[in-house]
Amino acid sequence: MNVGLEHYLLVSAALFSLGLLGVIMRRNLLVIYMSLELMLNAANLALVAFSRFNNNLDGQVMVFFIITVAAAEVSVGLALIVALYRKRASAHVEDLTTMKL
Amino acid sequence: MQDILFYIFAALTLFFGFLVVVNPFSRNPVTSAMFLVLTIASLAGLFVLLNAFFLAAVQILVYAGAVMVLFLFVIMLMDIKEEERRRFKKFGVAMGLTAVAGLFGIVAKTIAESGVGAGLKPAFEGDTKTLGTALFSSGQFLLPFEIVSILLLVAMVGVILLSKKDLK
Repeated sequence: MNVGLEHYLLVSAALFSLGLLGVIMRRNLLVIYMSLELMLNAANLALVAFSRFNNNLDGQVMVFFIITVAAAEVSVGLALIVALYRKRASAHVEDLTTMKL
Repeated sequence: MQDILFYIFAALTLFFGFLVVVNPFSRNPVTSAMFLVLTIASLAGLFVLLNAFFLAAVQILVYAGAVMVLFLFVIMLMDIKEEERRRFKKFGVAMGLTAVAGLFGIVAKTIAESGVGAGLKPAFEGDTKTLGTALFSSGQFLLPFEIVSILLLVAMVGVILLSKKDLK
């Protein structure tokens, strides 16, 4: 059976679901952040697959920009986590519920 | 040959991705980070199969290189023994699994039934030269490219400000 667009999209969807599962299940801020990266990469895979099968370059250019923006996003997010850790000495979402009643 | 490689890389990607999220042997964030590197490397393999050679190289350089080093530095600042002492909440795990399985079911059924890839042949030769021409020569993506460079500068300044000890 030939590998088509559907196969790539299924892998992408499965990877996205894994990332979402990590965001819901894990309680450590850093692991949640890594799961977010996983979801971002799943979207990238879908875009590159669309680009290849629809004979159009725009998907690849989009992924190029997404990777750049993701690098910026990771650096800012990690700086925020470090700043939070300095204040609270914890990176667990259960310890960071100041706004909860 | 390409089909076999696709199945190998897809299986590796999903396997390593699973180990990032729920590793049955270790809850250590460092282990998760290491498996994330492997996931990204196998994703780069899939990119190569899709003829996106430049993106595969960038994926390895930026993600597996720069981003993961950043992650490891931050992990080393924190107390990782704390993570291993905590237990999962049974209710949360069950709810998360249900929600994610439902979402994946809907998406997979949609992909299977919509016939989105019907009749489409893998035709596009997205080599580096084409990508470079589109980014710089055609003028179509020149402005977004410059904006992204400014975004990187803003992010850099922001990170330096955020990580200063006394935020005044």
